[in-house]
This record gives sequence, structure tokens and C-alpha cells, in this order.
Amino acid sequence: MNNLALKYRQDFPLLKQEVYGKPLVYLDNAATSQKPTSVLKAVDYYYCNDNANIHRGLYALSERATQAYESVRDKVSKFIGATSSQEIIFTSGTTESINLVAHSWGRKNLSSNDAILLTEMEHHSNLVPWHLLREQIGFQIKFIPVTAEGSLDLSQLEELLKNVKLVSLNHMSNVLGTINDVKKVAELAHQAGALVLVDGAQSVAHMPVDMKVLDCDFYAFSGHKMCAPTGCGVLWAKKNILEEMGPFLGGGEMIHQVFLDHSTYAEVPNRFEAGTMNIAQVVGLGAAIDYLSEIGMDKIFAYEQYLLELATEKLQKIEGLSIFGQAPHKGAVISFLLDQVHPHDLATILDQEGIAIRAGHHCAQPLMRKFDLISTARASFYFYNMPEEIDVLVQGLEKAKEMFAYVR
Amino acid sequence: MLDSLYQEIILDHYRNPRNFGSIENPQVIARFDNPSCGDEIEVQVVLNDAQCVCEIKFQGRGCAISQASASMMTEAIQGKHVDEVKTLIEGFQGFMMGQDCLEDDFDDLEALEGVRKFPVRIKCATLAWTALSHILKEVKAKE
Ligand SMILES: Cc1ncc(COP(=O)(O)O)c(C=O)c1O
Repeated sequence: MNNLALKYRQDFPLLKQEVYGKPLVYLDNAATSQKPTSVLKAVDYYYCNDNANIHRGLYALSERATQAYESVRDKVSKFIGATSSQEIIFTSGTTESINLVAHSWGRKNLSSNDAILLTEMEHHSNLVPWHLLREQIGFQIKFIPVTAEGSLDLSQLEELLKNVKLVSLNHMSNVLGTINDVKKVAELAHQAGALVLVDGAQSVAHMPVDMKVLDCDFYAFSGHKMCAPTGCGVLWAKKNILEEMGPFLGGGEMIHQVFLDHSTYAEVPNRFEAGTMNIAQVVGLGAAIDYLSEIGMDKIFAYEQYLLELATEKLQKIEGLSIFGQAPHKGAVISFLLDQVHPHDLATILDQEGIAIRAGHHCAQPLMRKFDLISTARASFYFYNMPEEIDVLVQGLEKAKEMFAYVR
Repeated sequence: MLDSLYQEIILDHYRNPRNFGSIENPQVIARFDNPSCGDEIEVQVVLNDAQCVCEIKFQGRGCAISQASASMMTEAIQGKHVDEVKTLIEGFQGFMMGQDCLEDDFDDLEALEGVRKFPVRIKCATLAWTALSHILKEVKAKE
């Protein structure tokens, strides 16, 4: 196996630190990723050399800033296999991207007689925007069930799709690690006349994605989970759909003309980018895409599959440990429970060993409730994680077991 | 540092919680959950005519800290008048925020001192106490 960490880990200054005198073992990558020097430098360079407001100034500096920002639209477009950079809308992240679709597409296209179809494994950010919209419009929300192993049960999909105008599902679950067959869902949804929104928060950072292959209609993701700064994200959508959609936020830059009593709106994509955008962060996203592309998303996926297999094998050997989410097609996210030790206590004990994992409901309370859980522990990997870090995790877990053992 | 958090007495209360379960005819019930972690707790109380706690039980799911703190709490307030309970809640909340502990009644609760070094876990320790303070509010409202 091509150990990517050997070559690339050194690019991440934050990972060189110690916590409580122990080397940091960062295993909360599903929450956010660390940033390589090239991204930090790109943001720094932008502020030191090119900073101005974009699309406005008729001077060299503003032109450079605009150029820096707009060039990232092209990069994103190529990175995800979009047909045109006009299909790329910058947002603050996945959450805003989904809210944009709910607001600008949902409000116009959904009515009280319609239904939308979500899944039982969605992140709160793909549930709450629809709850909010339903309060105003009153449509039905249906769910694709999750099986015991943590896959989507697509056996009744055709039946479920009746009357459905939109299917919205995650590409990869941030709790179970399951990679969903969104291509198949999109195919059946389109046959039933529904559009498909994919929450790509967990996928774009870890595997190659191609909009032409997936053939969905909307795709949302966040920069911060893929080596870019916080505060930048993307909504991709097919151009003909975007052109039919009204604005999201109102303000500067999203207009064509403004009169005292009404306004006309800009073309796509500017129509959806109101006010001063997170320009420096978008520039950072461009640097992150360059960085990831140079490594190769296929290599990243393969290496993380290796880490996943190794970690699964080692964790399963720990007596009393059970892994939540055993789908055949998974990314490098492992949710687990350790008998007698509550996930929070586990996280605190591991933290003392320098290990950062997540404990809680992972913003997926309906999924947890379905399996009668309140919280799980979760270790999630990125290409800069080393196989040795899995051993440190295993030792930490053994230590936690020991601490809690004698009370039995 | 970990040893101060997970003292033997805390793990003992976690494994063998005192007054765990539900009362047949509870007088006042309060439920409280911590939205950031999802842990939940329910406290049930019966007061006598003199406004003293004659029965208290708790149930719920949570970490060692929240469960042990709840268990110790039920022992500490058993038989106490509601005014004393109020003082004890305030005393415990102050204790978690770093104040010295002055009460004699603290007993086992002193073992939770170690939680103060883990700011994110203080909410765990105070979960049951917040539920209890809701109960007091309800009692006052009924008066
Ligand atoms: C599957 C999934 N969807 C949506 C989100 C929300 O992303 P963000 O907080 O960056 O908007 C996350 C991240 O936590 C996620 O894991």
C-alpha cells in the first residue's frame, strides 16, 4: 500500500503538536480536516497581495482579486466534473447550500400535495431545512429506511417515489460511513419525475466524484472538510435548473438593476451570491483543490480504504467493542460502542492520550434513535493519518476498558 | 488528572446508581436533556406535608459523570426541606464553577471536584441538578 501519510503528513503544521505531552492523533476528520501549508500560504498571499472587493473596483487590485476568486470556480468545476463553471455557486458550506435549494427551488416547486424523499441517515442539515420549509408549504416528507447493517434499503424505492418531487440524500454518512448508491437513486428518481439533491459533505473530500457520472441535479459540499478554510462551500446544480430558480439572499452583487420599489436579478451564478463573499476562503479552496488533485483523489480513496480495513480489523478484536455501521461499501468512518464505557467518558480518556475522536449523536439524532442509541464514539480518518495511529487508538481503548473494568 | 476525574467512588455510583428507577406515584417530575450530547435524565420526587423530600428517584442514560452526580444528588437531598435543597443546588453549581465547598452535606459529591479541570464535562455533572431545580420551580409554582 502506498502510504500517503509518509509523504504528505509533513504538509500539515498542526499535526506536529503534542497534547498532554503525547503526539496528537487527530481522528475527527469527518467533523473537519486540518489544513496544509499550501492552503494557509494561499490565504496569506491573497491578503498580503491581492485583497480587494471583487466584481466592483475598476482598478488592478480588484481585478486580481476577482480573477483569484473566479478562477476557483473553474477549478471546482473541473474537480467535480461539472459541465460548466456557471454551475458552481459559492456558499458558506453544505448547510447553506441545502438551505439555498430549499429556499430557492423548494419554495417555487413544492406544494402541499407533493412529497419529498429523504433517508433515515441524514445529517440535521438535510432534515431541518425541509422541516422549516414544510411549516410554510405543508408537503409530505418520506424516508428511505436504513437496514440493520447501515445501508439504504432501496427495495421499495419505486413505491416510495410516488408523488415525490425531490429526493435528498447524503453521498456518504458521517455516522455509519456508508457510501450510498446515489447514481442508482438518481436513475429511479428521474424515471419517477423527481429531482435529486446529494449532500456531498463527506464524499468530495475522500473520493473522486463526477457530476456527469452521478447524474444528480444538485450537489452540496463544504470546503473545510477537504483541506480548505472554514466559511466556504459549494452548491453545484444543473444550469437549466439554476436558471429557473429565484434568488436566495438579497443584497449587493446578486442584482441586475435595483429601483426603489423593485429589483431585477443577476444571471446565474451571481444571482445566488449576495453581498461580499468569503473571498479569501474561496481562494483557499482553490489551493486545497490543487493540493488534493496533485495527490489524486483515487489514491486518497484507496489509502483510506486500507486504513479503514486495518482499523476495522483491529477494533473488532477488542472484546466488548461493537462497530455501528457495517455496510459493504464504506468510507473511513468508524462509529463504535465499548461495553460499560459511555462514549463521552471514552473521548475524555482518549483525549488524555492525545487522541481526538468524536462522541455524541453526530448531528444525526433520528438515525441514533432508530437504533435506540443516544451517542456513539467515532473515529474518522484522512490521508494524513498513519497506520501506527490506529495502534495508539487501540491502546487508548484498552486503557479505558481497564479503568472502567473493576467496577463490574 | 484522569484519576481525579474517574475516582473509585464515582465509578461505584455509575455502576451501582442509588435511587435509580421510577416512583409509583411521583408528585413532581422533571426531564432534562443536554442537546449537545443527547444525554437525558428524569428526576421524580415525592414531598411530605412539611415540604421535605421523602422519596427521590432518577433514570436516564448518560456518561459516568452525569450518572454518578445524579446518584450522589439523590442521596444528598434525601429528607431535606425544599429550601435546603435549593441551597444545596446553588452550592453544588458554585462548586462546579470553582468555588470552595463549604457544606458539610457534600459527602461523596466532593469527589466530583476533578470534573472542574474538564470544562466540557461540567455540564454532565450538573445535568441532574438542573432537572432538580426545575422540580423546585414547579413546587414553588404550586404553592
Ligand atoms: C453528512 C453531512 N452533511 C452536512 C454537514 C454540514 O456541513 P457544514 O457544517 O460544513 O455545513 C456535515 C458536516 O458536519 C455532514 O457530515
